[in-house]
Parts: sequence; C-alpha cells; structure tokens
Amino acid sequence: MTVVEFVGCMFLAFGPPFAMFVFTIAHDPVRIIILIAAAFFWLLSLLLSSFWWFIVFPLRKDLVFGLIFSVIFQEAFRGVIYKILRRAQVGLTKITDDTTTLIENKHILAYVSGLGFGIMSGAFSLINVLADAVGPGTMGIKSGNEMFFITSSATTLCFILLHTFWSVIFFDALDKKNNFQLIAIVLSHMLVSCLTLLNKYQVYSATIVPISFICGLTGLFAFKVAGGSYNSFKSCLVFR
Amino acid sequence: MDGHVATDSSGQGNPRQAPNVSKRKDHQRGSGDASENQSRERSENLSEGSRRSRRHSIDIPSEMSRHEEEEELKYGAKHVIKLFAPVSLCMVVVVATIRTVHFYSVKDVYLVYTPFHEESPETSTKVWNAAANSLILMCVIVVMTILLILLYKYRCYKTIHGWLIVSSLMLLSVFSYLYLEEVLRAYDIPMDYPTLLFGLWNFGVMGMICIHWQGPLKLQQAYLIFIAALMALVFIKYLPEWTTWAVLAVISVWDLIAVLMPKGPLRILVETAQERNEQIFPALIYSSTYMYTSLAAGDETTARNSNTSGDEHGFSQDWVDNHESRAAHRRVDPQDSQNRSRTMGHISENIPCQEEEERGVKLGLGDFIFYSVLVGKASSYGDWNTTLACFVAILIGLCLTLLLLAIFQKALPALPISITFGLIFYFVTKEIVSPFSDSLSNEQVFV
Repeated sequence: MTVVEFVGCMFLAFGPPFAMFVFTIAHDPVRIIILIAAAFFWLLSLLLSSFWWFIVFPLRKDLVFGLIFSVIFQEAFRGVIYKILRRAQVGLTKITDDTTTLIENKHILAYVSGLGFGIMSGAFSLINVLADAVGPGTMGIKSGNEMFFITSSATTLCFILLHTFWSVIFFDALDKKNNFQLIAIVLSHMLVSCLTLLNKYQVYSATIVPISFICGLTGLFAFKVAGGSYNSFKSCLVFR
Repeated sequence: MDGHVATDSSGQGNPRQAPNVSKRKDHQRGSGDASENQSRERSENLSEGSRRSRRHSIDIPSEMSRHEEEEELKYGAKHVIKLFAPVSLCMVVVVATIRTVHFYSVKDVYLVYTPFHEESPETSTKVWNAAANSLILMCVIVVMTILLILLYKYRCYKTIHGWLIVSSLMLLSVFSYLYLEEVLRAYDIPMDYPTLLFGLWNFGVMGMICIHWQGPLKLQQAYLIFIAALMALVFIKYLPEWTTWAVLAVISVWDLIAVLMPKGPLRILVETAQERNEQIFPALIYSSTYMYTSLAAGDETTARNSNTSGDEHGFSQDWVDNHESRAAHRRVDPQDSQNRSRTMGHISENIPCQEEEERGVKLGLGDFIFYSVLVGKASSYGDWNTTLACFVAILIGLCLTLLLLAIFQKALPALPISITFGLIFYFVTKEIVSPFSDSLSNEQVFV
C-alpha cells in the first residue's frame, strides 16, 4: 500500500507539472534554463524568509509570522525575475531559436518562470513528506488522518499551478502598470497560504476545497490575461 | 582529474557550422558516392548562404563578428542543456545509490591518503583532521597532475594511455563488481557467479573499447557517466565525514589555480594539446560530440585511425568517403572564395565536415565526480530538501560557468562557481532553511 500510495501521490502532485514541462518547455534549451533560474530564485526567496524566521527567534513558534514574510519575499523575488527577464529580453532574442514565439508572446516567459517557481516550491513542501510515504509506516492507522498524503499532494499541485498563474498575471500587471492586479495577486497568495494554516486542525476539506476553487478562478483569470477567450478555448478543442 | 570546461578550439573559428551537424552526419553515413554528396551539399550551402545574405544585407566585418558572437551564444544554450542532462544523470545515479544501498554511507575503511579518521568527539580535533586530510589529498592530486603534464609534455603517450587504461579497467572491473555486489545485496537479489562474471566481462570489455577506442557516442558517454558516478561513490564511502567537505572546498580552489594561472598545469595541458592540434584523452573528458572518431585532429590521427580500423569495411569505408569529399571540398574552396563577399556564412560552411562534428562542449570527468560527491554527500544525511537545493545550486553554477565560457572563449574551471554555490546552499539549507520548511511541513502550511 505504501509504495502504491507514494506513486499515486507523486503523480497527483507532479504529474501535471511534468506534462507541462515535457510538452511546453523541454524542446527549447532557453526555456529550460529560465525554468531552473526561476527555481533558483524561489530558493533564494525561501532562504531569505528562513533567515528572517531564524533571526526573529521569539516568533519562531508562530508560523503566521514566517508565512506572511515568506509570501512577501516570494512576490518580491517574482518582481526581481520580471526585471531580469525584461532586461535580458534583447539578449534572449539572440540566443533562442524560436524568437517569434518567445518574444512576441511575452506570456511565455512569465509562464516558464512561474512554473519554475511553482515546481521548486512544490518540491520543497512535498518531497520529504513523499519520502516518508514509501514506508515502512503509513498514516491513519493509529492516529492521524489517512487522507494526509492525498490532501498534501493535492494542495501541492494547487500551489504549483497557482504559482504559474500568478506569474502570468503578475508579469502582465507589471507590463501594463496595473497596480490593482498586483495587489490582488499578493493578497490571493496571502489568503491561500493562510488558509493552509487550518491544516493544523486536520479539517482538510476546509482548506482543499477553497484552495482548488481559488486555483480555478486564478487560472481563468490568467487565461483571460494571456489573451484567451471562450472562442479561442473552443477553437483549441477542435481537432485539426 | 580535476577537469575543466571548454569549447572545442577547432570549432571556435567557425561557429556557424553547428546547425548542419546532424545533416552532415547523415551525409557521411548515407550513400557512399562522395561526389554526389558533395554536389548536393554545395547546392544546400548556396541556398543557405544566399538566405543569410538576404537577411544581412550589410556585410561589414563588425556585423560579421557580432553575428558570430550571437550564434556562439545561441548554441551555447543548447550546450548548456547537453551538459545539464549528463550531470543530472550522474548525480541521480549517485543519489539513488546512496539512498538505497547502505554500504556507501557507512564509514569503516578509509583511503590511504586520509590518515586522520576524525574519531575524536572534539570539534577542534575534527577540524584539523579534516584540514590535514584534505591537504594531503590535495598534494597527491597536485603531484599526479604535474606528473601527467610532464608525461604529456615529453610525449610519453604510451605511458599515459597505459595509466588511463589500467585505471579505467580497475573501475570497470573491480569497482563495478563491488558496486554490483552491494546493489544485489541491498535489493536481496540472488545471482550466481558465472552469470555475474559473464555480465561483468562483457560490460567491462565493452567499456574499455568504447572509451579508449571507438563506439557509439551515446554508449561512450554512458560509460563515462558511470565511471564518474562510481568514482564519486568511492569518494563518499572512503573519505571521512568532514574531510569530504574540506576536499570539495580545496579542490575548487585548486581547479581555479590550475586552469587560470599562467603556469597552471591544466592550462599547460590544454594549451599544449591545442598547439599539437590533438584531443585530450577521451577517458578524462566528457564531450557532447564525437571526439576520438573525429578525423580532423591532424594527419597523424587520421593515419592512425585508418590503420586501427579494418581495411575495407566499417569505419574505414566511412573514412575513405569522408576523405574524398574533404579533398573535393579543398578543390572547390578557391572557387567559392570569390563569392565570399556576397554570401557570408558560406565560408565556414565549406570547411570539411569532420571538423563540424567536433564542435561541442567538454567537461572534465573530475567535475562530474565532485558535483556528484557534493550532492551525494548532501543526500546521505537523509534530507531531500538539502539535496534538491544543492542540485539546483550546482546547475545554476554550471550555467554561469558556461555563460562565462561564451564570454571569455577559453578553457575555464568548472568547479569553483558550482561548488561554492553548492557548499553555501548545503550548509545554509541544513542549518536554517530545513528547520523552517520542516516546521512548515509539520503543520502542513504551504507558503
């Protein structure tokens, strides 16, 4: 059971991102490099928030404090990536093969860096839990909730997707100098992260349902921001 | 060996060849008729050239060099990925082994070069033990490197090849046997000796042929990765705890010195090899393209290659075809040079196809080994977050190194940036980030 559960949870959390990687990123070296660079920047943001959490030792027990600053740092680093990518855009046109798609459709850069952000954040929150899922013990026999691994993986998936959507919206907001969108993103990130504070009480339905709802909404918003409409969605479903 | 990263010198003059590499390979391996091949190739060249000239209507020299630079960067991105894949593969092999096979994380026996075993409970003793061990190991490496350079300088090729063959044979037989034994033990798989020996014999001999003589590129690369992984596992197993970290720090400094100092041994090695127009030994360097079957390294090698391979079939036939087409190219060259001013991008594409194959990035096996040592060591403490952080840090370091390579266009040490990043991220993650992310994960809080 443990190994089966491990495989299932792993693919629940990392299956869709993996598919996104294979189909949209793996063919272009530049995108892979941007993905890894974004992952590195997420790591830096986590490093900064850990430092902050470590220095302010009286509040180490209150994770709310660490969480709020971590969200702020992450969004700040998203802004840093935006600055770097936009500044490097001229250089990027020279080093990529499909210049047209990567530069004309500037949402691709946002998407790629967002996915890098998300994958790293998802890996950091889930990978140790998954390693424990292999066995020999399992959750929910004597104590704990047997839904633990599944909800954990599902939340991770939501976060990976959310990071991707957030990046697309965030980059667009900075391009159009739309402060409302910016604030909305920071607030929704804060809201989603604070919702997971409820996981402590093991009422997983109270977190997973609203989070997936917000994830869907953000996805729709990102789709609209990237220039999608109902008609374009319909036309992409048509077999050509 | 603590290696370095380098673009191939023979390819540097003509950066526009890369896009056609695969196409050309097909030409070579395709029909035997050299003249037909060549004419087809010429027409392709012409169309390509005119296309390029249309795109760049101004043919001033500065434009040309800038364009070349851009192309260099463009293929740089591909090369980064061509190195990412094997480096990641090597690390994955090492990490998977460390996490599943207990043998490699248990300390009982140590290398001869590390006489101090860090068994004292006091930190200060451990520190000087680690420092002394790493310095001793360092001295051994320096002496060996200098010995190799001296042998190379005075053209004792037979000795060097003997040395490399013996050491790779050791790795492919004795250490592979030990590795296989431990893996079988860890997974509880019974196996009889005849099967084992039969398998090992085939594996080892195949490896020797692939590495030192010829074989499919993928297979050669796979063997080199395996050798590097095995060597990394040996280091992780037989070096004392803190010595490993000290060695990593010291070796990256040594790499910096050896490659960048005017009289650094590795720099001398690279420069001598370039002077003599030779390849550095395939057993020491991972290359993203063909190395030893390439024939453009000079007449000496071509002669040797044609001698070593059979008379009329196999590689020899290929070689004859290539040789003919190359000669034909030479004849064609002056004619084309008249068109140079009109069709830029044409000149370099007329250079014999053998040279095109050589274009690629090379990374010393030593770099593979020490990257994997770092990641493997990080994973041996059981925290996946640390492992992942080190992995990403090393890849970013490699990326930066390759970026610098594209800028400076000379052999660079690949260890310092990556290992520094890796060490920083290892210790910071272990001490500060992991407690934070553990406490987040304990309460299932996601940030």
